[in-house]
Amino acid sequence: MKLLTHNMLTSHVKGVIKGYPLIIKATEVKVNELEFNAQFVNRMIPKLEWSALIQAAGWLGQSQDLPSSLIPDYENDEEFLRKVHRILLEVEVIEGCLQCPESGREFPISKGVPNMLLNEDE
Amino acid sequence: MALHCGRACRQYLLHLAHDNVDFRLPEIKALLSLRNRPFDTSETFNEKSPFWQLNGLSEDDIRSVMSRTVCGKSAFELWGHGTTIDELRTSLLEYPAENMAPYLQQNSTYKINVYTFNKTLVFKDRIEKIDALDFLPFKGTVNLKDPEHIFCLLEDYGSDPNDIPEEPFHMYFGRWIADGQRELIRSYSVKKRHFIGNTSMDAGLSFIMANHAKVKADDLVYDPFVGTGSLLVACSRFGAYVCGTDIDYNTIHGIGKASRKNQKWRGPDENIRANLRQYGTESLYVDVMVSDASKTVWRKNAQFDAIVTDPPYGIRESTRRTGSHKDIIKPPEDFSGESHVPVSMAYHLSDIFADLLNFAAHHLVLGGRLVYWLPIYRPEYCEEMVPLHPCLTLTSNCEQTLSSHTSRRLITMEKTKEPEDSDRLAHLADPRFTPYQGHNSFREKYFCGLTKKNGKDSKATPKNKD
Repeated sequence: MKLLTHNMLTSHVKGVIKGYPLIIKATEVKVNELEFNAQFVNRMIPKLEWSALIQAAGWLGQSQDLPSSLIPDYENDEEFLRKVHRILLEVEVIEGCLQCPESGREFPISKGVPNMLLNEDE
Repeated sequence: MALHCGRACRQYLLHLAHDNVDFRLPEIKALLSLRNRPFDTSETFNEKSPFWQLNGLSEDDIRSVMSRTVCGKSAFELWGHGTTIDELRTSLLEYPAENMAPYLQQNSTYKINVYTFNKTLVFKDRIEKIDALDFLPFKGTVNLKDPEHIFCLLEDYGSDPNDIPEEPFHMYFGRWIADGQRELIRSYSVKKRHFIGNTSMDAGLSFIMANHAKVKADDLVYDPFVGTGSLLVACSRFGAYVCGTDIDYNTIHGIGKASRKNQKWRGPDENIRANLRQYGTESLYVDVMVSDASKTVWRKNAQFDAIVTDPPYGIRESTRRTGSHKDIIKPPEDFSGESHVPVSMAYHLSDIFADLLNFAAHHLVLGGRLVYWLPIYRPEYCEEMVPLHPCLTLTSNCEQTLSSHTSRRLITMEKTKEPEDSDRLAHLADPRFTPYQGHNSFREKYFCGLTKKNGKDSKATPKNKD
């Protein structure tokens, strides 16, 4: 699971009001080098929940000294965009789980794939 | 005449493949709209014809369309056309000499091809047709192997193979510009794909879907019924980042029984990511997850540029969602989170489509497209059965026939409005969904029709089939 995906996920446990962001409990994290794509990162940044992204990167020890609030004029700041590219697309949680911050319900991640299925009573 | 107005409004001729005929116009229109170009054609335009004339475009527009289309075979700069050889000749002589000159230079090489639709010509006839064009001022030398310029005479003998006329109905002459992407149908064939399932989408249709969805580089595309990821493979080919979800844990993880003949179990590394790797687009793989399409896991303002999907209809893949019919819903005593498999229950087709349209209304960017297949019981089909949504505008609706009484329709909708509270699709009240209500309602009709047909067939001689 990449942090781009994590940034868009929320807890869907019945009755939960504050289910975002899901807490990441990782037991295996991998960094997968990818070719830098400034345009995609620039397109995604306005759609991100910035603070959730920084928090998630912190949990994985990958915060890259990124600021806790989004800097202005990031569009042409290549160094900044490269760091965002790295935490959005290159850092991957391979094993671990996602936890609903309100109900504590855990969703396992195995072989990089989160299992978001709820049981019939949830 | 239109041919006289210089570079800005040259005419182009598009030669289309004669299959998936219904899907061609929406594809070409979508690809033109990616460049903000309208579809402007001749007065005599016939959608079913293999030759379309296009106006108001530049050569770059045409090249861009051809770099994506799987319906279009080739494109030509149209120099002249007519219904008789004399008309063609007059039309060609009227074409501005200065437009032709750069391609007819003395030191250049060229060749002329003859293409006939619905007729095969013998070699001698082809040569005669080429010789008849000698009134054109060709100054270069013929080179059949590696010419700088290729010209083509295209003749249309209609579409009835049982009634082929002596002379063509229409003929065109032009300079070849580019071929389309028909080659992708072969090179992306599911036969050679690493990881496939029982219902993997055919390569040609997958690319058509990506084109109808106007998928482009750096988009984020989502498939809520991802299966083995055929649609993600096609979308990533056009540079989009892709993600998907599926309720089937085994499919997402690529475990269990293989879908291929002569292979019992799936091998290691049979998964969607490996499929993208096979075609060199692994860098565009975002994620796949095990998740239930009826219970969205995306945060409220998560947005996708396109949603492209093939929902299960309950024929070859069952329609499922998590939940239970049982009144007592209590986990078993030995409940231990990870080993428990959630009970799945029927997911009515009417709910699938209502959920899908509501999801698209909330999670598409404005102007983003939803492309999906709607199964149809043909004797009952009418246009009013296609589900609508106040925030989504129907762009196209193309039929692919599956059997005498069933088909599926590729529905393309564009988000034209942000949803408000009142825009939730109240599908139970909507008569459009009646045909899809009740578990396996479509499945029952599908097989009911099939049994009747088989009954008939068994009495008739088997040769009458098809």
